[in-house]
Formats: sequence, structure tokens, C-alpha cells
Amino acid sequence: MVGAHSACAIVYNPPLFILDVPFMLEVSNLACSRGDHRLFSGLSFTLHPGQIMQVQGANGSGKTSLLRTLCGFLMPDEGVIAWRGENIRDLDEDFHAEMLYLGHLNAIKDELSALENLRISAGLSGIELDEKEAITALRRMGLRGRERLPTKVLSQGQRRRVALARLLVSDARLWILDEPLTALDVGAVAQIQELIAEHLAQQGMVIFTTHQPLQVAGMEMRSLCLS
Amino acid sequence: MAINWFKYSAPTTFYGLAGKLIPWFAVSAALLLAVGLYIGFVVAPADYQQGEFYRIIFIHVPASILSMFLYLILAGYAALGLIFNTRLSAMMASAIAPTGALFAFISLWTGALWGKPMWGAWWVWDARLTSELILLFLYLGFIALHASIDDPRRADRASALLAIVGSVNVPIIYFSVQWWNTLHQGSTIKFSGTSMHVAMQQAMFTVLAACWLYAIAIVLTRVRSIILERERHTQWISELPEVKG
Amino acid sequence: MKKSSLPALVMLVIRRDLLLAMRRRADVLTTLIFFVMVVSLFPLGVGPEMNMLRKMSAGVLWVAALLSSMLSLGRLFSADYLDGTLEQMMLAPQSLSMLVLGKIIAHWMVSGLPLVLMAPVLGVQFDMSAQALGVLIIGLLLGTPILSMVGAIGAALTLGLRGGGVLLSLLVLPLCIPVLIFGTGAVEAVSTGLSAASHLSLLGALLMLALVSTPWVTAQALRISME
Repeated sequence: MVGAHSACAIVYNPPLFILDVPFMLEVSNLACSRGDHRLFSGLSFTLHPGQIMQVQGANGSGKTSLLRTLCGFLMPDEGVIAWRGENIRDLDEDFHAEMLYLGHLNAIKDELSALENLRISAGLSGIELDEKEAITALRRMGLRGRERLPTKVLSQGQRRRVALARLLVSDARLWILDEPLTALDVGAVAQIQELIAEHLAQQGMVIFTTHQPLQVAGMEMRSLCLS
Repeated sequence: MAINWFKYSAPTTFYGLAGKLIPWFAVSAALLLAVGLYIGFVVAPADYQQGEFYRIIFIHVPASILSMFLYLILAGYAALGLIFNTRLSAMMASAIAPTGALFAFISLWTGALWGKPMWGAWWVWDARLTSELILLFLYLGFIALHASIDDPRRADRASALLAIVGSVNVPIIYFSVQWWNTLHQGSTIKFSGTSMHVAMQQAMFTVLAACWLYAIAIVLTRVRSIILERERHTQWISELPEVKG
Repeated sequence: MKKSSLPALVMLVIRRDLLLAMRRRADVLTTLIFFVMVVSLFPLGVGPEMNMLRKMSAGVLWVAALLSSMLSLGRLFSADYLDGTLEQMMLAPQSLSMLVLGKIIAHWMVSGLPLVLMAPVLGVQFDMSAQALGVLIIGLLLGTPILSMVGAIGAALTLGLRGGGVLLSLLVLPLCIPVLIFGTGAVEAVSTGLSAASHLSLLGALLMLALVSTPWVTAQALRISME
């Protein structure tokens, strides 16, 4: 169920209970290269609802590539990624409907306000937000008073929070987060950790990478090491 | 004995096979070219209308034919590479492009050389010549796109897609250029007479065959060096005699 | 919160792009100014002799429209690519081809339609007859969307490359030649008293062909470029 080709110790702690839900991410024998050289091979794991997994490794070891492969952007050299039992290549849009990806880039437009950005991001993932809902979400992310300013006048941390506001309004089961805590202050970090805990409690799943420590209260964290 | 074709679809085995075949193609190409040009320039009689100048068609026509067919073959390999994800197909497409472009260029030059004595102008907007020019642009676009992308996989796939889009467009482009030419009562370069003297036919076909053989030889040579470059990190390359030194 | 359907998502993409274009009006205007400038260069280059200009008018206007389109196409995907919104669009729960079509429509409304509206004004400078102007406008109305669509393929293939606009033009211009030929041919036909029907219907056929094929091809090109 959990494995990696490297020699890092893998910590696996079963969640408190497994519900009989077909939601599950299964990766079998995954191998990826970037240009000429192979990043990793023989990677296999399964992620169940309520589980959170951190991908660790040195810079350049393929963490981002793994996450992007899970999203479907990169094609692996070998191996299969299955969501709810079906290959994500076949599922395509159906897989997209149940997952959320937050990469290094914030995916917000500088010329639009935080409010407009959130409503459009949500809209693109299939959720229609009215103004009130969007403003509530932005305020919860600590952007009170800044909802209608063009995001180009916001600080890096504030922009990251606009991007992260999507987590509040999304109904996706699987969250794939690439360094979500970048540019965030301590308060915001705590808030994101809370958000993730809530998501897991609602049978969501999270895979992430981070350079800053991320702890989720009451949850054992699985770990995947790429070297 | 059934030949296992799939065995040769891996760069490793293809490298060896290509290496063995190249000398045969190269030598026969040279021989046939010599024979063909001899027939064309010495044996075949002068055309009663165009005099001696017409002889350039023995190079012009094969070059045109080859430039067009090579583009289709390139697009074919491109499609194979995209659908089956085979590295070798993409390498073949990259190997064909410069040769195809060369033939298109030769076709344009010989067309101009023909036009000068005939029409008094170095360039004539004949429908076929114009289409040939556009074909040259399509080749150059393919080469330019491939060269502009650093990641070899993205380069292969992007230029393959471009080649397929181009090949689908070629009939549309050709048709529209024909239309444009007739509309403007442009000049057409035609070869006079309904039947060609048998020596002329012989010359034409011989040079055409020579060009094909040359193209095969050159493409195989080029694909070998592409294989060497792309697979330079692998085990089997470093064990080749020419690499070990 | 409610879920969005495909048409709703496409409309969202169009509205978003139009909103962004309005906030960056300079980009839009520069294309139009370029168009006017190129057209104005020709009389300066070949002399003001009216007979010659009239004969050249259709060709000049069409070539200028072609070049202006090429110039504006660089903007189609690059901004979204750079800030990460493009990859989010590729993770939308609906068909990427349709979303791409939405972007192309918005792009045409902002870059192609102004050219169509500007052309008659410039055509008058070239002493084109009313009939010729009419056929010119219809031709441009049919042709500029084709240029946007075929150009989108080039824009998707050259995403993030150094060669940029010039490379895009090199790739796309040969493919646009039929549009140029039929568009100018239509005006010539009408100027010599013949009917432009066949030219315009050929343009219409090309438009249909482009509509059914280019969005999907562009989506594939985007996937290739995002790997």
C-alpha cells in the first residue's frame, strides 16, 4: 500500500476508521522522467478518505513533477494512476470535478479584484458563488476590506490567501497542494492547517509538499519520500 | 522467415539496421543519378519549342515530387509518434524535415532557372511554384518550432502536431493557390507536347529514383546521429565501437 | 452554491476574458493602431495614384488584417499561462476544447471585430466602391474568426517560447493563405462585375471546418505545451 524506491523511512498510521466509500486514489508502479533523467520509478501507494500524505524530498527530486503527474499534466513513463478504480486518463473531466490543485502559481489575475478572482476560480471548477458567499470566504481568509481591490496591490501573502480561499468553497474530495504555505504568516498557516483538518474530517484527502512544517491536529500524517 | 518489424522500432536495433543499409542506398543513388543525368543532358533530344533549357526539368520535377511526398511521409511519422508514443517515429520526422526542405528549395531554384530563359523573369507566380514556396515555409516552420523548444519530448510532440495540421491544410492551400492563379490568368509553366520522348521519360524516372534513394540514405544517416544525440545517456550507446573510440 | 453546466462555463470564460480586455485596454488599441498604420504605409510606399491603390486595396487590407491578427494572437494564452490560470482551466470539470473556443471567441471580439469595423473606413481611403466595401466586410467577418482559430493552434504550440510572436507568425501564416486568397478574390470578383458568392461560400466552408476542428486541436496543443 505504501512504498517508494528510496531508502527513507515510511511512516504509516491507519486512520481511525475507513468508511465504505469508493473514493480512493491508487498509484501503481509510477515512473517519471524529466528530460533525460529519471526522477523516480516503482512508486505505488493508495490514499483513502481522511488520509493526508506529505511528499518529501530534496529540491529537484521530483516532488512537483509527481504532483503534476497526479493532476494529469505530465504523462508518466510507466504506471497507472487510478481514481475510484478508473484510470485518470479515461476519467478526464470527471476526475477534475473531484479534485483541486494548488500549485506554485496562484492562478489569480492581477487586474481583477479578490472577489472577482474567487468567483471566477470557483466558477471554473464548476461552482457558482454569489457575492455574499465569496465575500464570506475571503473574510474568513483574513482579507476583510480588501475584497474589491485589484489583486496587484495586495502583498504576496495576501495573494496566496486569495488563492487559498478556493479551499473554503471547493467541494473537491482530493486536494493536491504544492507548497501551500508559501508567503503565509503564522496566523494564516494555522488557519490553513485548520482548513485541512476540517477537510479530512469530512472524508477528504490531501497530498502536499511543503518547506515549512505543517501539522494537522489529531491526524497522523503519511509520508512519501523521493530521493 | 517472418521479419519482426517491431524489433526495429526501437532506436537500439534500428541504429544497427540503418547503418548497414546506408551504403547500399548511397551508392545506388549516386549511380542512378549519374545515369539519369547522362540520359537527360546528353542522350535526350532537344525540345523543339524550348531548346536545350528544358533539361532542367529532369532535376526540377523529381525535386518537386520528392518535396511533396516527403512532407506526407513526415506527417505520417509524426502521427505515428503522437498516437503510439514511439520515440523513433518522432526522430524520423525530424530527420526527414531538412531533406524535404532542401528538395523544396531545389525545386524553387530550378523552377526559377527554367523560368528565366522562358519568360525572361527569375520568378513567376505559377500556381505550382507558389505552392512549392508555401511548402518550403511549412518545412521551415516545423524545423523552427522543433528547434525552439528545449524539452525534447515537447519539441517532438508539438512539431508533430504542427506537421499533421500542415498536411491537412496542404490540399486546401494547393486548391486555393490554383484558384488564385487561374483567377489572375497567371502564367503556367508547362512542358510542351503531349508525349515525351522515351529518352526523356527514362531520364526523368532514373533521376526520380536516384533522388528517392539519396533521400533514404540521407534520412537514415541523419536519424542515426539523432539517435546518438538523444540516447547519449544510455548504456548501449556508450558500448558502441564508434563511441568507445 | 450551485454547479455549472458547460454553456455556463463557456460563458464564464468569455465574460472573464472580455473583462480582462477591458481592464487592459491598451493591448486592444495597439492592435487596431497597428492595423491602421500598416494600411497607411502602402500608399506611402507605392505612391498616391488612385487607380493603383484601388486595385491593391483588398490585398492591402487583408494582409494588414492578417498581420494584426498574428500580432494579437500572442496574447491569447500567454498571460494565463504565466499566472497559472491556464492550468486551472485545464483542470476544469468540462471539456477543454469548449473552454478554448470560449477564449477564441472573446479574443476575436476584442481583436478581430474592431478590424472588421475599421476596414470600411480605411477602404474609403483607397477609393473602394460601396459594393467592394460590402464584400470586404463580409469576407473579413467570415475570415477573421478563421484567423483567430488557426492562430490559436500556433499560440498554443508556442506557449512560453523565446521565439514568441515571430515564430507564431511563421507557423500560422502559411495556413492562413487560403483565407487571404478567397477574401481578396471576393472583392476582385465584385469589382469586375462578377459574383462574389463562390468566394464567400468557400470562406464560409473554411469557417465551419475551423469551428469543428480547431478547438480540439488547440486543446491538444495546450496539453503538449503544458507537459
